[in-house]
Amino acid sequence: MTSSDNNILSRWPTDRLLLWLLRGTAAIAGSIVLLIVLFLVLDALPALQHIGIARFFTDPSWHPAEHFYNLTPMLWGTLFATIGAVLVATPLGILSAVFCQYYAPPALGRLYRKLIELLAGIPSVVYGFWGLVVLVPLIGAIHPPGPSLLAGIVILTIMILPTIALMADASLASIPPQYLRGAAALGLPRWATIRGVVFPAAKSGLFTGVILGTGRAIGETMAILMVCGNVVQAPQSLFDPVRTLTANIALEMAYALGNHRAALFVSGLFLMGMIAALVGAADRISREKIYA
Amino acid sequence: MKPFSATPDTQPWAPLEQRPACCVPKPFIEVEQLSLHYGQKPAFHGVTLAINQGCITAIVGPSGCGKTSFLTSLNRLTDLIAGCRVEGRIHLDGLDVLAPQTDVIHLRRRVGMIFQKPNPFPLSIRKNLEFPLREHGLRDRERLAGAIETGLRDVGLWDEVKDRLDSPALALSGGQQQRLCMARALVLAPEVLLMDEPCSALDPLSSGIVEDLIVSLRSRYTVLIVTHNLAQARRIADYAALFWTQNGTGRLIEAGTAKHIFGTPHEPLTVAYVSGMRG
Amino acid sequence: MLNTLEPHPGGWERLATTFVWSAAALVTATFCWLLGDIIWHGLSHISWAFLTTPPRNAGREGGIGPILVSTLLILGVCLGVAVPLGVGTAVLLAEFTTDTSLFGRLTRRSLDVLSGVPSIVFGLFGNAFFCKTLGLGFSILSGGLTLACMVLPILIRSTEEGFRTVPTGYRLSAAALGLSRTTTLLYLLLPAAVPGLLVGLVLGVGRAIAETAALIFTSGYVDRMPQSLLDSGRALSVHIFDLSMNVSGGDSHAYASALVLIFALLAINGATSWLTKHWLSRRIVTV
Repeated sequence: MTSSDNNILSRWPTDRLLLWLLRGTAAIAGSIVLLIVLFLVLDALPALQHIGIARFFTDPSWHPAEHFYNLTPMLWGTLFATIGAVLVATPLGILSAVFCQYYAPPALGRLYRKLIELLAGIPSVVYGFWGLVVLVPLIGAIHPPGPSLLAGIVILTIMILPTIALMADASLASIPPQYLRGAAALGLPRWATIRGVVFPAAKSGLFTGVILGTGRAIGETMAILMVCGNVVQAPQSLFDPVRTLTANIALEMAYALGNHRAALFVSGLFLMGMIAALVGAADRISREKIYA
Repeated sequence: MKPFSATPDTQPWAPLEQRPACCVPKPFIEVEQLSLHYGQKPAFHGVTLAINQGCITAIVGPSGCGKTSFLTSLNRLTDLIAGCRVEGRIHLDGLDVLAPQTDVIHLRRRVGMIFQKPNPFPLSIRKNLEFPLREHGLRDRERLAGAIETGLRDVGLWDEVKDRLDSPALALSGGQQQRLCMARALVLAPEVLLMDEPCSALDPLSSGIVEDLIVSLRSRYTVLIVTHNLAQARRIADYAALFWTQNGTGRLIEAGTAKHIFGTPHEPLTVAYVSGMRG
Repeated sequence: MLNTLEPHPGGWERLATTFVWSAAALVTATFCWLLGDIIWHGLSHISWAFLTTPPRNAGREGGIGPILVSTLLILGVCLGVAVPLGVGTAVLLAEFTTDTSLFGRLTRRSLDVLSGVPSIVFGLFGNAFFCKTLGLGFSILSGGLTLACMVLPILIRSTEEGFRTVPTGYRLSAAALGLSRTTTLLYLLLPAAVPGLLVGLVLGVGRAIAETAALIFTSGYVDRMPQSLLDSGRALSVHIFDLSMNVSGGDSHAYASALVLIFALLAINGATSWLTKHWLSRRIVTV
């Protein structure tokens, strides 16, 4: 519900007070991002000045002790892990939502939704731990060494699936029932209705879910750090160990100083850039605010 | 055409001439050159109309000719709609309604409104009445209880709900909900009641009850009622105004006593509309 | 709810049905595997002593008492800051801002970005801002504030969603009755929006309690009992991470800690759905 200025400027003092209070909270909430960017830039500045952007791509390797700062292997790691996870989690997540809404008997649907909600709530460190003690040895048995891009993709998939599924479920649930009744009246079978009526109507919600999931995959740190092996290299196969940008920060932040620390803040800026690009792209493509 | 009141076919209404002359024609609301736009889209344009105190004025016309918009501009509910602009002048008993410094809260207390779809709050029956009363400063328990009973009696709901005042209002039937909404507006003792097709979402029986109720409000309140139902307007209204869409915007075609509008209208459009519906 | 959609014989239909059921089965199986594994290995180590005693020998022995306390304190700081800010912002966005207003658009856009900020970046920011610039050091306060920034978008989004599901009719009829916006908000809209807020809370707490990356560099590793909010405190998730990555032979206690974490989340989840149900039965849902 929105309102014009006339109404906001009600003559009641409590209304005005409330409005200013709310504006204050919103201003704080809205400025956090600016603060984050500001501090990232401030702390990254030494590296940007002394090293320069180009060297983050052209240096022979990532060896901060020897003043080599090539971030590309980590960028590949993040990219592959994210794309892999999104490709697997999107169909699974959307089908999960479809299952809840249209295929499962009501009781089972509720149970399944509950399960997805629980899955969404499980901490990433627990996923990482499970991956480390169960998944990694399993993959290692098939194709050594075990800690690998594949392990990362599987763990990320499990982690972002609930995000996608729950968003999809919510947007399916909000489809006006008359659309479905209309389709039923036309004698359309179930899947045809879902494909032809439900998906188009729920498009923006589904899309939002995938975007959120992608964001989560890019940003995930702990779980991926625990299962990916963290070798700085561009992976040649699914079974190669990789190190992502996020894992790199978490691993080295504890002892990084000077230019090294600043270089880690630069990679933080890269991550922010990716997220901003994602939000922007989503905005442009869907023509609907992700937020709404 | 929706089914409407159960009564008209079997029970012919009183001839217009025999209507009690309830109203001393004293303008209570004066509207001058009122126009309303939603963004760039005009809803109605250049409406000038005086509404007499203590009378029932029916606003009739086809869908989309700005009747409801006109109604909501009178209590500035239009303020809640983004991009809505109202121009012109509205005077309510000397109060400049559209002036920015006008206290809308006070205005809306003086001008009650009933919506097309009954919209009680998701509270108990009692709370639905008590809550606005409290908000307008009535705190005393006994007086609250008294006001609630009077309000419910006024709309003939008391006997139906007195034993279950604390049960949810949304469990009532559509007609009862609408009467509850009327009671909710009436307990605040407004001077004007705006009704936006109050019967059209109700079944014929409930519609008849609500209609009788509206008639019983005559002379105590200044009532403006928007209706699609010409038969209803003819049955209950003292005055009538016809809105019509011309050149993409709603306009006031003709206004006058109900007798005039339904009996001997001047405007060809009015003639056509009134007779068309008759046929 | 929609068994109005009839299954229909036909190749695509049958294939789709198979896919949908398989997807659900796969997800369920994975979930059971994960949960079963953790319960199987973790349950035997959980005891009252485990929950209350401090860790010994880098966590291989002893319990997680101080760690639980630190976790709760961090969560408390986080929610104490995030809930008022979040509800206020949600109300402003949902009730007092037009879709076209510049302030609203900017706030929304910035929250969009904030919700996508990776947790490790929050860690960097928290370290630079709360720990260094504000001089709070490695402390529970720093950790809690960092998490508050992190859960804010989730909280705002679902609270705002809650407000948007309240029928417009309430606002119109409240306005027509001459109720002030404050009253309308407090007595009609806020109660109706509570389920949305609760959902946001659960998601927020879930994310906060799950967080590790943002805490390592803000609230720190110290596993002693915190004496004040300015002490460093090790969160449960950080403890699990440390045990599994840095402490050989820490797996069994890591399992037990993970189980405690999951139990805590289940409890929060359960409490919330009970609350929501209770709330909804007391207040009446709209038609």
